[in-house]
Amino acid sequence: MMGIVWCIMLLLSVMAAIFQGNLGVLTPSALEGAASAVTLCISLAGALCLWSGVAKVMEQAGLIEKLGRLLRPIFRRLFPKASQNKTALGYLTANISANLLGLGNAATPMGIAAIRQMYSGGTSASDEMCLLIVMNSASIQLLPTTVAAVRSSLGAAAPFDVLPAVWLTSVCSVCMGIAAAKLLRRWF
Amino acid sequence: MTDLLIPLLLLGVSVYALSKKQDVYSALLQGGRDGLKLIFTIAPALVVLLTAVHMLRASGALEMLCQWLRPFAASVGIPAEILPLLLLRPFSGSAALAVGADIMSVYGVESLIGRTAAIVLGSTETTFYTISVYFGAVNIKKTRYAIPAALIADLTGFLVGCLTARLL
Repeated sequence: MMGIVWCIMLLLSVMAAIFQGNLGVLTPSALEGAASAVTLCISLAGALCLWSGVAKVMEQAGLIEKLGRLLRPIFRRLFPKASQNKTALGYLTANISANLLGLGNAATPMGIAAIRQMYSGGTSASDEMCLLIVMNSASIQLLPTTVAAVRSSLGAAAPFDVLPAVWLTSVCSVCMGIAAAKLLRRWF
Repeated sequence: MTDLLIPLLLLGVSVYALSKKQDVYSALLQGGRDGLKLIFTIAPALVVLLTAVHMLRASGALEMLCQWLRPFAASVGIPAEILPLLLLRPFSGSAALAVGADIMSVYGVESLIGRTAAIVLGSTETTFYTISVYFGAVNIKKTRYAIPAALIADLTGFLVGCLTARLL
């Protein structure tokens, strides 16, 4: 499906460029985009390296397993298969906790460790993998620090006063995502 | 409080692991090596994604899409001014943040439009980035319903965000 997304994006770009007569911008912007992805990877590399190291320390010290017990009652329903694997359950919990705390850089290696534990061969996503993706692509932050920083830099008197709205919106979006995943699994 | 969070987390985890007689240093290095390998696994997916995003923005396709979506957006309560932000949000976190900050400074950070932009930014994630990174890390090619379900979550976030900006 990512292949279809890619083709649609390209098609729209080429059509828009022809329509507006600025075909010349396409080539430089494509190369610029590719370069910016590598720049992004390099800027992510340090944090990802550090947090993967911390995750390993937590796993070896048994902290990941302990963490898993915390959210077991909830995850047993959402992820019945993965929650039988103590390491997978622990990493799932670590992933969601890091997201809640707004530590996006830490959440990624934890989530990837979780999905690797869930992976059992093949090229097709399991229902639980899809659910993990949906929960990670719908934001569940308690403190949206980046947005608050932008607001305060633009002179907002109380940068965090959007919090109740952000929380309510996040909860609706996560619940709707989970509901959609449960519903759509019948047809895919 | 947020200033203390990461240092305390690092310290707490390391001291706890030491007290359990674990080799903290070599675990950090071993995990770090896995982290760097991960970068190589996810880099191609990000190159593909960001190439398309940059072409989409430079070609003017975004403005055209906004024009087309304007009447539909108005009918469901989405202000036309934040449409570029909503269209970019699932694809690129940095582009969405830049566009969002621009909207907040042009229309005023305390205005309804500025607040709506902040709420949408705070309550949604970069869906296609997440999908590329997670499925890129394991060898998943058939993503099944992950994309539609995640986009439904995004759309819900956009609609509810516009509503809560007005009510809360």
